[in-house]
Amino acid sequence: MIVKSLASAALAALALGMTAPVQAADAAHGQELYESRCGGCHSLDSNRVGPAHRGVFGRKAGAAPGFNYSPAVKNSTVVWEEKTLDAWLTNPQALIPGQRMNFRVATAEDRADIIAYLRRQSGR
Amino acid sequence: MTQPIDFRRRGILRASGVSLLSASAVALMAGCEKMAVAQTSNPAADVGILNTALGLENEAISAYQLGATSGLLQKPVLEIAVLFQTHHKEHRDALIATIRKLGGTPVAAKSDAEVAQALNAASLKSQTDVLRLAQRLEKGAANAYIGVIPSFGDKALAQVSARLAADEVMHWTVLSQALKDPLPAKALSFGA
Repeated sequence: MIVKSLASAALAALALGMTAPVQAADAAHGQELYESRCGGCHSLDSNRVGPAHRGVFGRKAGAAPGFNYSPAVKNSTVVWEEKTLDAWLTNPQALIPGQRMNFRVATAEDRADIIAYLRRQSGR
Repeated sequence: MTQPIDFRRRGILRASGVSLLSASAVALMAGCEKMAVAQTSNPAADVGILNTALGLENEAISAYQLGATSGLLQKPVLEIAVLFQTHHKEHRDALIATIRKLGGTPVAAKSDAEVAQALNAASLKSQTDVLRLAQRLEKGAANAYIGVIPSFGDKALAQVSARLAADEVMHWTVLSQALKDPLPAKALSFGA
């Protein structure tokens, strides 16, 4: 009976996996999104309205050299990786109250692609 | 088949048109200042967004200044660049007034030299290079204004953000036509 239940569960999981495959993040699409949506304020290698992004993945928040951060971001203990970047792009104010970015990316797939691009540009 | 806009035929550089836009833009923002003070529950957060927008406008003004003084732009493109810079100056002035109305301190503009370095202006060698940079910045600005709309506490300011985005899209469209780029094949190409 137990074996039968486990087998059914395994089949169900397999079926779910087949019908709803997990999409790998697309860094190339992330580059397009980064240039069109983030490029108004950010560059990889220059501090502009927002800080330079090369090397951001794995870096502590508020640590891009030479950028004038809000006190909220400067004093944050957040480290940028998948989960924190996803939360940041979903709603920056919810992650670090008092920040100054406020730009939101509505869809999870787009956020994942942008994060994949930033990760690649950070050599991670 | 997409046809480039004939700038002179459309008369978009007429002085009267500039005056009308200026008056309506200022009136819009002036009206929203009063509403913002009354309606926003967290003025400090909205001031933060407006200051980020101000940073964008300051950068755009410097970018158009660099383009206009580069010697790379020919008429009528040069006149268009100057007109668009005027729009960004009106945006800047309205944002500064609104930030002050909300009790905030407007961020200072970076120098043209700082912006030139950040945008790698030394790499611009032709009119097309300048137009491509302006096109990229205008699209980025439009998307930035769209992307911050959900973050405003005051819906009136969110509406202003949408109107600022519309100006940037207008700039992007004209620049794209000057570059003879095809128009987007699909709808909802901004903010996406």
